Amino acid sequence: MSAKKLGLKQRYAHMTRGLDWETSYQPMDKVFPYDSFEGIKIKDWSAWEDPFRLTMDTYWKFQAEKERKLYAVIDAFAQNNGQTGISDGRYANVLKLFLTGISPAEYQAHRGFAFAGRHLRGVGPRVAAQMQSLDELRHLQTQIHTISHYNKHFDGISEFSHMHDRVWYLSVPKSFFDDARSAGPFEYMIAIGFAFEYVLTNLLFVPFMSGAAYNGDMSTVTFGFSAQSDESRHMTLGIEVIKFLLEQHPDNLPIVQKWVDKWFWRGHRVLGLVAMMMDYMLPKPVMSWKEAWEIYYTQAGGALFQDLARYGLRPPKYADIATAEAEHISHQNWAIFYQYTHAAAFHTWIPDAKHMDWLSEKYPNTFDKYYRPRWEMWGRMAKEGKRFYNMALPQLCQTCQIPMGYTEPGDPTTIAFRSSRFRGETYHFCSDGCKDIFDAEPEKFAQSWLPVHQIFQGNCGGATIPDVLNYYRLANGADNLDYVGSPDEKLWNEWQADKLKTAV
Amino acid sequence: MSQLASLTFYHNDDARPVIEAILADNPGVQVLNMPGVVKLDREGDIVIKRTTVEERLGRPWDPQEIHLILISMAGNLDEDDDAFSVSWKHPPPFNRG
Ligand SMILES: [Fe+2]
Ligand SMILES: [Fe+2]
Repeated sequence: MSAKKLGLKQRYAHMTRGLDWETSYQPMDKVFPYDSFEGIKIKDWSAWEDPFRLTMDTYWKFQAEKERKLYAVIDAFAQNNGQTGISDGRYANVLKLFLTGISPAEYQAHRGFAFAGRHLRGVGPRVAAQMQSLDELRHLQTQIHTISHYNKHFDGISEFSHMHDRVWYLSVPKSFFDDARSAGPFEYMIAIGFAFEYVLTNLLFVPFMSGAAYNGDMSTVTFGFSAQSDESRHMTLGIEVIKFLLEQHPDNLPIVQKWVDKWFWRGHRVLGLVAMMMDYMLPKPVMSWKEAWEIYYTQAGGALFQDLARYGLRPPKYADIATAEAEHISHQNWAIFYQYTHAAAFHTWIPDAKHMDWLSEKYPNTFDKYYRPRWEMWGRMAKEGKRFYNMALPQLCQTCQIPMGYTEPGDPTTIAFRSSRFRGETYHFCSDGCKDIFDAEPEKFAQSWLPVHQIFQGNCGGATIPDVLNYYRLANGADNLDYVGSPDEKLWNEWQADKLKTAV
Repeated sequence: MSQLASLTFYHNDDARPVIEAILADNPGVQVLNMPGVVKLDREGDIVIKRTTVEERLGRPWDPQEIHLILISMAGNLDEDDDAFSVSWKHPPPFNRG
């Protein structure tokens, strides 16, 4: 008779606990130098719970299975010229924004979790952080592999990594992760593990990937959901981190609350790019940003913060402002890109009549009143040969690095400006949320690499637009400007004509 | 205030028996279909029982296989050899042992 098989809980305990030891050649504080300066107090690392109880051997087994499935789809997509079956050539711009803006952030997340996995003293969170670090590297790799097929056909993709470190709007997600990674390991875990993964990531991946499915992009659906299948584990890590910190010591509460407030607002600002993608860039939209916010923040976040209230944690500061902004943010962001299309590595367009009707239906309080008239005016100007380009470099928010195009809460006709003084200089902000973040850590945010300031300081290749585009490696006339008239559009129209010929 | 526990799955053949088991064992569960995915919501908690999935699948099923089909969730999670749950209830629907 064979010995009785161990239960899942026992197996997990054997495979994860007792792997660490008290160091003797060096004091523990020298081996783990970063887990005390943030002020977080941990009494008992062994109280850490990992409810998934995933051991390393099972982890490899499942991840290998996910990869096999994903690469089968990617191969089939390439062999069948799947790119010709997407809903419209405009759709490719969603992938350009994703690869330049989000994929390098996966790499940053990989490095951040590797750091947390090294520097947290408890073995439970270290195992979980190391798994997540590997997941994030896998996400980057599968995204590059999937989108490289589109790179054979569409512009704006090939220099994604070079662009990520330089292009003005890509500094928004880049600075978000730079901020998290230059914090201590506990703040990183709350920033990315909790605020981003648990509270906000659904808003990025679920609508994005459903959008890809609805627009005929099976390869992206598959990498997205393959990445997202790691997500429930990541979300669980996020929620366990926050519960663990709050259970360990009452002094942790104000520190954690400050981080929750900060990273909710930072994440909300970054996700404005997703809002614009959902409302404007998907040729066949799936749900509006406002609807997604309702499901994934108001409903899911509501349940979560109700649960965490037993620790004294309250919902993030300015969550009400973020909810009110859900009526506006996509319209304001797409308008910024429309005006600066000459400096963007994807194409822009004015929504057609049918799409504007969809926006009116989804945004009955705001679209017809504030945003439709502007699109109609810009449409008329373009017809008259006076397509509107904004040639002035925008003032940027010192915290989120987004051009100062957002409006006052409750007054969508007035641009919001906030400012603070620090060491004799004035710093500018798009919102109270961004100003509060600066005021709490001015030494950090005064050092921000702001793309517009860098251009004016002569650090971006020169003073003219061609100089700067060159520095970005952004091919003028191919990567940028309107979709109409672009090489992408020409190619797409040729594919459509070929399909008609084959059909006859 | 309402506290929905939630599980989101791929809409594919691997997930179907699990989705069916949830519908069978969790009265009042709401189904939201989106392209490519299905989101299941229920007030308080959602439980997946191994035996119910196995009845539909016709083979042994390890609750950890959920890693291959689950793409999002809301609630505090618990898992052992016989069941998997997300819940906002305290204590959770089955014990941590
Ligand atoms: Fe990721
Ligand atoms: Fe800002």
